Amino acid sequence: MIHAAIEPTFEAFREAARPLLASSTPPANVFFEDRRRGQVTLSFGDTPASRSFGDTPELRSQAERTRIKPKKVNVPARAVELAKLASFHRDGDRFELLYRVFYRLTHGEPYLLDVASDADTLRLRRMVQSVKHDEHKMHAFVRFRKVDVVGEAEPWFVAWHRPEHPLLRLTAPFFQRRFPSMRWSLLTPQESVHWDMSELHYGPGVPREDAPPPDAFEEMFLTYYKAIFNPARVNLDVMQAMMPKRFWSTMPETAVIGDLARSADTRVQVMKDGGESASSAFIPKTSSLAVLKDAIPACRACDLCLHATQPVFGELGTAQKPVGTLLESGLFLVGEQPGDEEDKAGRPFIGPAGKVLDRALEEAGIDRSTTYLTNAVKHFKFEPRGKRRIHQRPAYGEVRACRGWLDAELEIVKPKVIVALGSTAAQSFLGKRFQVSKRRGQIEKTRFCDAWVATWHPSAILRAPDESSKERMFEELVADLALAKSSLERAA
Amino acid sequence: MDVRRKLAVLADAAKYDASCASSGSRRETPKGGMGNTEGMGICHSYTPDGRCVSLLKILFTNYCVYDCRYCVNRISSDVERAQFSVREVVDLTIEFYRRNYIEGLFLSSGIVKSPDATMAELVEVARSLRIDHGFGGYIHLKVPPGVSRELIARAGPLVDRLSVNVELPTTADLSSLAPEKTLGAIESSMAIMKEQIDESKERTKGMRDRKETFIPAGQSTQMIVGATPATDSQILATATRLYTGHGLRRVYYSAFSPIPHADARLPGKSPPLVREHRLYEADWLVRFYGFQASELVDGTHPNLDLDIDPKLAWALAHREFFPIDVNLADREALLRVPGLGVRNVDRILAMRRHRTLALEDLRKLRVAVRRSLPFLAFAGGSEGARVRTLDSMELRRRVEPAKQLALFESQVAAVGGQL
Ligand code: SF4
Ligand code: SF4
Repeated sequence: MIHAAIEPTFEAFREAARPLLASSTPPANVFFEDRRRGQVTLSFGDTPASRSFGDTPELRSQAERTRIKPKKVNVPARAVELAKLASFHRDGDRFELLYRVFYRLTHGEPYLLDVASDADTLRLRRMVQSVKHDEHKMHAFVRFRKVDVVGEAEPWFVAWHRPEHPLLRLTAPFFQRRFPSMRWSLLTPQESVHWDMSELHYGPGVPREDAPPPDAFEEMFLTYYKAIFNPARVNLDVMQAMMPKRFWSTMPETAVIGDLARSADTRVQVMKDGGESASSAFIPKTSSLAVLKDAIPACRACDLCLHATQPVFGELGTAQKPVGTLLESGLFLVGEQPGDEEDKAGRPFIGPAGKVLDRALEEAGIDRSTTYLTNAVKHFKFEPRGKRRIHQRPAYGEVRACRGWLDAELEIVKPKVIVALGSTAAQSFLGKRFQVSKRRGQIEKTRFCDAWVATWHPSAILRAPDESSKERMFEELVADLALAKSSLERAA
Repeated sequence: MDVRRKLAVLADAAKYDASCASSGSRRETPKGGMGNTEGMGICHSYTPDGRCVSLLKILFTNYCVYDCRYCVNRISSDVERAQFSVREVVDLTIEFYRRNYIEGLFLSSGIVKSPDATMAELVEVARSLRIDHGFGGYIHLKVPPGVSRELIARAGPLVDRLSVNVELPTTADLSSLAPEKTLGAIESSMAIMKEQIDESKERTKGMRDRKETFIPAGQSTQMIVGATPATDSQILATATRLYTGHGLRRVYYSAFSPIPHADARLPGKSPPLVREHRLYEADWLVRFYGFQASELVDGTHPNLDLDIDPKLAWALAHREFFPIDVNLADREALLRVPGLGVRNVDRILAMRRHRTLALEDLRKLRVAVRRSLPFLAFAGGSEGARVRTLDSMELRRRVEPAKQLALFESQVAAVGGQL
C-alpha cells in the first residue's frame, strides 16, 4: 500500500503519480490523501505493509530510483487536460480514479478514452462535465457588489459565491482576464481570492454571513430583468434547469421570480389590452370612493379634460352605504362617457340617455338607488358646432387611459355582476375587438367578476334609425338587465 | 424621464427579439480597459420564460416612423415612448458589465428620421464603448434595413455581430404587415454585410496569427412565426436561402407574441411555442445532421409535426431506411437515428474503433434508448427488426415522448441541438 499525501491539485498529483506509474505500481495499491486535512488515518493505512509519503525523502528516493531505471510514461495530452479539470471535483477519490486512468492508458490501453462506455472513462467524463458546468455557472452567476472603501477613491467589487466544487483556482484567471482594471474579490466558503490589479492573492474561505451587502445599482438590474421577461411565455421548469436554485441566494434578480411568475397571466392580459393605464399615475391608493372623486379633477392622462367642464365620477345609489362594498342587491353599470347635461351637472346618466336607462331599469324591476353607475371615460368628448356640443365617441386610447379610474372603482366596490352598456364600456373591459351586436345578452365569466354582461347603450337606442329597431333594442336592454338581476339573485 | 424608467420602457420594447447570443467571437481585454469574449457565450441569468439573459438587450429609442403591424413600437401604437442618450446606454452597459450581469450589449432601435440617422446613433454608442472606455465585451447592433454601406463599414470593426431582421418569411407577408419593408431591401443589407466580411477575410488571408476583426461573430436574423399563414416549409426555405446566400450564422425563430395595441390584421392568438421549438430542431437538422429542408417539409406536408421532433417524424415516414447498424453504419446514417445526437454519434464512432458495441453501451451514454432502439441493429442482435414488424401507429406510440415532457424536451433540444 502506498499513501501519497499531496496538495489536492493536479500538479501535486502529477508529481506524485509520475514515479509510481514509472514503476508500474498497480492502482489498487495507491491512495492519495489531502495533506491539508492533516493526518487522515484510513483503515487500510494501518496495515504494516503500507507506507505514507508526500514530499518526503521516501517519495524522493522513489523518484530517484526511477531515474536510475528510467522508463518512459507518456500520458496523452488529452488525458492530461481532462485530469486537470477532474482534479477540481469535490469527490474524495478523484485522484485514485485519475491514477487508475493514467495507469491503464500507459499500461496497455492507450485508447481507453475513446471507449466512452468504460466505467472509468465514463466517470472521468462525468466528473469533467460536472466541473466544467460548475465553472461555467460560476462565470455566469457571480454577482459583484460595489463596496466603497473608506479613504479610497477606487471602489472595490466583491462577490460571494458557492460553487459545487472547490474550483476557485480554476475560475479566478477568467475574472482576472476580464476585469484587470478593477479591484475585486471573490469569496467562496472554501477559499477566497483578491485581485489588486496586478496579482491574485488567495486567502481563506468566507462564510455566507460575510457576503457583501446589496449595492444600490441592483435596482437597475431588477428593472431590466422584470422588463425583459415575456410573460406570454412562462416556462419555470426550463428556467430552473438552467439556473438551479442553489445559486439563487446570491443572485439579486431571483427575489422577484415569484412575483413575475404569479403576475404573468394578468400581464399577458394587460399586454393584450395595451399596458398600464395612463391615468394610474393620478389615482391615489385608497379604499374610499370619495377620495377618488376628489382626486379625479387633477387627472391629465388624456386631453379630454382640457375641454370638458368637469369630470363625472361614478355614483353609488342612495340605498347603498355611502362608502365601501356594494350591497348584495347592487348591479355595477358602466356606460360610455358623460353627455352634455352630465358634463354640466357632474352626475352620470341624468340626460336623455339616463331617462331611457331609468325606464329600462324600472321595467326590469331594478331600483336605481341600489346600483352603482359610472362611465368608461370620465370626461365628455364633443365637437363644438355653433352653440351646441356634439357627442363624439372616445378613441380607444382615451378609453385605455381612463381605465385606471374604472379599475379603482371596481377595486373598491367589488361588484358581483357588471353590466357594460355599449361597446365602449365593453371594450374597456375585454379589448378592442368586442362587438356588442354579436356578444350582448350573455353572462360571461371574466377576471372582473363571475357574471359580466354587455348590452346596448341607452343612447344607441335613441340613435336607432327606425321605431321598430328602437323597440327591439329597448326590449333587449330590459331583458339583459333582467338577466343581470337574476344572476345577482343567484349569487346572493 | 429618469434613466430607470427609460430602461423599463426600452427593455420592455426589446423583449420580443429572441436573439441574445454572445458566442462566436474572441476579443482580448483592451489595455487599461475591461471586458473580453472567449468564444463561448455565457448566460448570466434566466428569466421565468426560460430564456437566457446574456446581453443588455435594449432599444435606443422606441419612437419609430414605420408602421410594422406586429410591432409595439410602430408609429400607430400608443405606447409610452422613450429615448436614451448615447451616454446613458454606455454607462448602463459598463455598470451592468462590471457587476458581471451581462456579456455585453445588444442595441436595437426604432427608426427615427431615417435608417442612416438611426444607425449613426448606434454606431456612436459602439464607438464610445470601444474607444472612450476600452470596452472589450460583446456588442451586437441591429441594423435598420436600407442602411448605407459607409455606416456598415464604420460599425464592422467595432462590433461582434450585426443583424438585420428579415421579420417575416415571404414577400407577401412583409407587404401586408410591414408596408415600409421589403425582402429586397433587407436582403441587400445582408448582402452588403457579407461582401464586407468577405473582403475583410480576403485582406487578412495568409497573415500570421490572423484574427477576424470585422463583425467576427457574423450576422444573424430573426423571423416571426405565426403572425401570417406562412407554412414551416416557406419559413425553412427562406432560412436556407439566408444561410447559403448571405452566409448567416444563425436564424432565430420567434413565435409571434401578443403585443399591446395589436393591429386588427394580426391573429388574436399566438402560435403554440412548440412550433418555434420544432423550427429550431429542423434548423439544427439542416445545419448539422445532413438533412435537406425539403426532406422535413414539402408540398404535401408543409408544416412540422407538433407532437414529435422532426427527426423522429422523418424516421417514422422512412422506415425502409432502418434499421441502422450501430457497429457498421457511417456517420451520416447514424445521425438520422432518432435520439442519437451529434455528440453521441461521435462518441459511438470513436468507441467502435476499439470494440463492438452493445445496447448496454448506449444506455451508459444516456442515449434515449426508448426512442432509438426500434431503429437500431447491433451486429448479431435483433432489436432493429421492430422497425419493420411494428405497424406505424404502434411504433409511433412507443417512441413518442410523454405529453407532459414534450414541451420541456423540445425546448431543451431547440437550444442544445441534440436530437
Ligand atoms: S377622460 Fe379619464 S383619463 Fe382622460 S383626463 Fe379625464 S379622467 Fe383622466
Ligand atoms: S421598424 Fe422596427 S421598431 Fe419600427 S415599427 Fe418596424 S419593427 Fe417596429
